[in-house]
Amino acid sequence: MTIDYILLTILLLAVIWTVMTIRLIRAVVGLAIVSVIVSIIMFRLSSDLAAVFELSVCAGLISVIFITTISFTSRVSKERLRIRRKERLSKFWALPIIIIAAIIILSRYHPSLNIMLTHAVPEPDVRKVLWNMRHIDLMGQVIILLVGVFGVVVLFKEGRK
Amino acid sequence: MLSALILVPFLVIIFLNLPLKGLRKLAFPTAAGLSLLQIIFAAFYPALFWDIQRDFLSTFFNFRFSFDAFSQMMLIAIGLVLFVSLFVARFTILDELKRFYFVNLLLLAFIGMNATVMMQDLFSLYLFLEVTAIASFIMISIHKDKLGLEGAFKYLLLSAFATVLMLSSIALMLLFSPSLNFAVIKAVVMGSPGSFIIKLSIGLFLCGLLIKSGLFPFHWWLPDAYSAAPSAASVFLAGIVTKTVGVYVLMRLFISFFGYVGYLQQVLMFIGALSIITGALLAMAQSDFKRMLAYSSISQVGYIILATGCATPLAFAAAAFHLFNHANFKSLLFVNAACVEKRLGTTNMQEMGGLGAKMPVTSITSIIAMLSTAGIPPFSGFWSKFLIVLALYAAGNYFYAGLALLASILTLAYLLTLQRKVFFGQLKAGLEGIREVGPGLITPQVVLALVIIFVGIFFPVVLHNFILPLQNIFIK
Repeated sequence: MTIDYILLTILLLAVIWTVMTIRLIRAVVGLAIVSVIVSIIMFRLSSDLAAVFELSVCAGLISVIFITTISFTSRVSKERLRIRRKERLSKFWALPIIIIAAIIILSRYHPSLNIMLTHAVPEPDVRKVLWNMRHIDLMGQVIILLVGVFGVVVLFKEGRK
Repeated sequence: MLSALILVPFLVIIFLNLPLKGLRKLAFPTAAGLSLLQIIFAAFYPALFWDIQRDFLSTFFNFRFSFDAFSQMMLIAIGLVLFVSLFVARFTILDELKRFYFVNLLLLAFIGMNATVMMQDLFSLYLFLEVTAIASFIMISIHKDKLGLEGAFKYLLLSAFATVLMLSSIALMLLFSPSLNFAVIKAVVMGSPGSFIIKLSIGLFLCGLLIKSGLFPFHWWLPDAYSAAPSAASVFLAGIVTKTVGVYVLMRLFISFFGYVGYLQQVLMFIGALSIITGALLAMAQSDFKRMLAYSSISQVGYIILATGCATPLAFAAAAFHLFNHANFKSLLFVNAACVEKRLGTTNMQEMGGLGAKMPVTSITSIIAMLSTAGIPPFSGFWSKFLIVLALYAAGNYFYAGLALLASILTLAYLLTLQRKVFFGQLKAGLEGIREVGPGLITPQVVLALVIIFVGIFFPVVLHNFILPLQNIFIK
């Protein structure tokens, strides 16, 4: 149980760091850490397939895409960085306090919102569920991919001059 | 045959994108044909959809859709607005390649909305809401201009926030419900309606839907998105997209299981009333044609939410009917705006005036849409607003009934201002050479105006065939 608390605490800190940091690269690293911790939690909850997806897609693929995109941006000056960091802190200093306070209050005064992690009940094989029972979700994902392809073509492909 | 409403447009998109010559030219007629087929089958042969014996596709695709009078009404509205948006796109997006991509995106959003109105599972519903939303972001920013990108970004930001709320709600629901099927969740909610976690999860989902509907106080993305989008995208977004992904889903979930949580009815009525007044007041202050219509949308959607919160069979039927009417008259007003923008190159009403004589069809159809929006007889909007006020009064909500009536005066006031600034009065200097738009843009205006007039005049037919069955869904 102690390990669960440690994982959840690291998760919370990584989430706060991700949204509070001023540097994009650090935010992406924070996001990758979040994904890794979530994957570990999923492994501990016996949801192996979900954990593998989280690790490979979110921590791996998406982080690579983010870092590639950020590499095309330019650096801001140190002075500007310092001002923006100050602005960010002055605007959002209350955010971590609110999040932590909300979690403590909810978990203490509402026993139905127990943050203790419980192991997943063994489900039928996910592949069987997807292929035999959730046809529409598969179809939906195919269509989302198709929309994504059109998005990339429309927004990022330069027309032939 | 419900699966066909997803599979056929999907196959059409695949076909249109095959590497063959001349297929791009087929995009517009094929998509228009699809939308017409949907309207015809949904309006005149609904049994084709719910007759399981004829559904040979279900042997291969187990989509678990359901179909009732509410889905039927929405399928007609979706088909109609797609048909109109295609015409607007055909004659306002001049670049052939962009137009081709736009038609594809319209079809993808069409699939998303068709699936949404037939869905009975919360997770699958969320998936198709995202299909529609992502297609919409791309449509808004298709010209890659600053305004379009800004509008799309605001929509994306708010939509992402709504998505987080919805997914959190779904995660919480899985803590108390063994499945995300509406019937299963309903049974659990009915078993313990006072549970904190149930209230929290429903509250989170509701907030997500209010953002997607653009209701007060979550409305600020909507005017920017509508006014920055290309004309065809504005028609599609304002006419049907936000109505399906936000308002329809809210109503569907309300009758499925939201409504069993006591506090929700009062909350919805309050938000609805607030949206009616705020939307109307903000509309009065606008000088941009499309922005005024966007605020008007917020106000009109307020009527729908107010009636939904009233939670009686008549109020629900009236809300669904107003949703259908809103899709018609708001699409028509946005097509009018598209025609004016095409001729003048601007939507700023300060630069307009006296266009009625130069653009008679646009002017007359906009008056029809305006009168319907304000709830003036004998147009369709009159009947739905009348039913809403009647339902509120019958349920003892006298204050809200009075407010809905008074707000109609506000609606008439800002729409008359719009008419005065754009179409009435003396012709503004420099607009002497302006002429009416071509038949390609006249067609959608006339079609929508005829629907408004037909539904208004033949209301008894509509009442018997479409509105009374809606009451039965609520009772069930």
